[in-house]
Amino acid sequence: MADRITADPGASRTRLALLLLMAPALLWLVGLIVLPHLELAVLSLRARVAPRVYELSFNQYRTFFDEPLYWHTFVRTAAMSILATVCTLLIAFPVAWHIAKIARGRAKSLLFVLCLIPFWVSETVRTLGWMILLRESGVLPRLLVDLGITAAPVEMLYQDATILVGLVYTSMLFMVVPLVSALESLDDSLVEAAYDLGGNGWSILRQIVVPHAAPGIAAGSIVVFMLTLGNYLTPTLLGGKNSLWFTEQIYTQFITRFNWEQGAAFGFLLLVLSTVIVWAGLKFTGQRFGDVMRRS
Amino acid sequence: MEQDLEVDRVTKRYGAHVAVDALSLAVAHGSFFSILGPSGCGKTTLLRIVAGFLAPDEGDVRIGGRSMHGVAPNRRPVNMVFQHLALFPMMTVGENVGYGLARRGVSRAEIARRVEAMLGRVGLPGAQDKRVDQLSGGQKQRVAIARSLVLEPTLLLLDEPLGALDLKLREHMKIELKQLQADFGTTFVYITHDQSEALVLSDHVAVMNAGHFEQVGTPQELYYQPRTPFVAGFVGANNRVAGKSARIDGDIVELLTADGLAVRARTSGPIAAGDKVEAFVRPEVVDLARDAADLPAAAQRFSGRVASLLFDGANSAVLVREEKTRAEIRIALPQTGRFADLRVDETIAFGFDPQRAVCFRARGNGG
Repeated sequence: MADRITADPGASRTRLALLLLMAPALLWLVGLIVLPHLELAVLSLRARVAPRVYELSFNQYRTFFDEPLYWHTFVRTAAMSILATVCTLLIAFPVAWHIAKIARGRAKSLLFVLCLIPFWVSETVRTLGWMILLRESGVLPRLLVDLGITAAPVEMLYQDATILVGLVYTSMLFMVVPLVSALESLDDSLVEAAYDLGGNGWSILRQIVVPHAAPGIAAGSIVVFMLTLGNYLTPTLLGGKNSLWFTEQIYTQFITRFNWEQGAAFGFLLLVLSTVIVWAGLKFTGQRFGDVMRRS
Repeated sequence: MEQDLEVDRVTKRYGAHVAVDALSLAVAHGSFFSILGPSGCGKTTLLRIVAGFLAPDEGDVRIGGRSMHGVAPNRRPVNMVFQHLALFPMMTVGENVGYGLARRGVSRAEIARRVEAMLGRVGLPGAQDKRVDQLSGGQKQRVAIARSLVLEPTLLLLDEPLGALDLKLREHMKIELKQLQADFGTTFVYITHDQSEALVLSDHVAVMNAGHFEQVGTPQELYYQPRTPFVAGFVGANNRVAGKSARIDGDIVELLTADGLAVRARTSGPIAAGDKVEAFVRPEVVDLARDAADLPAAAQRFSGRVASLLFDGANSAVLVREEKTRAEIRIALPQTGRFADLRVDETIAFGFDPQRAVCFRARGNGG
């Protein structure tokens, strides 16, 4: 009896401390992630039969498959996001290699800062910068005319390539950082040893560098892919009405049409899409999610 | 004799610093050649020039008689065992050993056969499918050597490969390396700052300091006939005595220290009376005796007090302070156990044959 009295307060105090420590994380998890998603799930699965009367229905999901515009946009968004991720990787890799392996001292920090500087201004301003450069009366079309390459100014906005440029630009930092940290941990003597044993640049990249940097590549790719897939601003501003980005469809349903049920269904589909593609990507490259997240 | 490696007046500068200074060397086919020097003496730079990772500013490197000017590392008949081995962690042992063969376009079946044979020869039969991190330090060492030797290079370069191992394993790997070299007959060029590794392993050793070779010779020559004060001080343990030459008597010079201690030693190189000189006396050359009359007749005799006892099994020594000048000298204890009962502060006689000590004209004599 006496034992229980002395033991209990100590144990419950530790439990209380643990609970208090975890409270912010739990609040965040439950309040901002679990609850909204549950709400979305409920919303997406109901249909209004009479004012304030709802019943279970798959109508929203059926609409998605029946209406070609929706799933075209869906597939197009996925394909463009994958393309943007690949482009970002291809551009960021040499940059990261240079920062991690070639630049030394001040040059190294300077290059890092250069990658970071664009993020000091908001995404809107950055994207508007691209619009100033690329619109028909903008800097680049005028330059092309002045140089005699084109006879009249060309409209460079509202094209898929423009959207890609904007997306890659916005995502660069998120690819460069995990790649630099992955490449910095690569022992230079591994590269030298491979070279010494008869390897050439391409085979060393394929057999030594990429396998070593794989978790960093995967981490960067996941982050960039998710950011791109869920991006609203860049496709809308640079692609205009033609951009056909899936987040725009969600926005339209929620805000313009006030059809929250349809918007919730689209939101869920986007979640499923990103999960499936990330899973497939990890599976395809033989990476484990835990390893990747530890690297990023 | 056929030379596998010839380095011809190679110079490498980093800004004003000369890392390798007009250095030449030749390594005979099938020999084990070591370059011994303190860290920062330029030995790694020299090795990287031979491997092709650095281009010399002047001079030429010839391997197997062929000039290596403008030949990339992956095209040289040279392979290197790196300081931390640089095994590829993303590959199995078999893939590591087969990497070079695969790059040469050897067929899969042939690679498998040669990798198996090579792993057998280095004492790791059947280890092909192991991961690199499953191996012990010594096994990694063998894989690193197998990975290079499977390519049958003219020359194998080794960059302090034993540095990362603990003492016991290092002693063991020394013997193993020597046996491997004897078995394969490949020419080894080994760089190290550990004089014991260099002495035990090599047929020839070059002692390197500040970008040039102080002396090139067999381990015995370096130990018994050092040609410069640096070699005498760097190879093996030595007592250094600095002073002025007081008198020259044939090939024996009498050195007088600032404290007034007179020491006689064999001259090496020209020495005139009044020159600043430094003499080196090996700890095992000095005899100890409780009674001065027991010392050999040829020995120069001193008396001193035991300052401390340094017990280290077969390498045990004693530090003795000379009675008048308090100069400290390290003396090896005989392994017969005759002085096992020696105590600190005990008075003892010691002496050595001047012929077995060596004296050099010190640098900085003004020409």
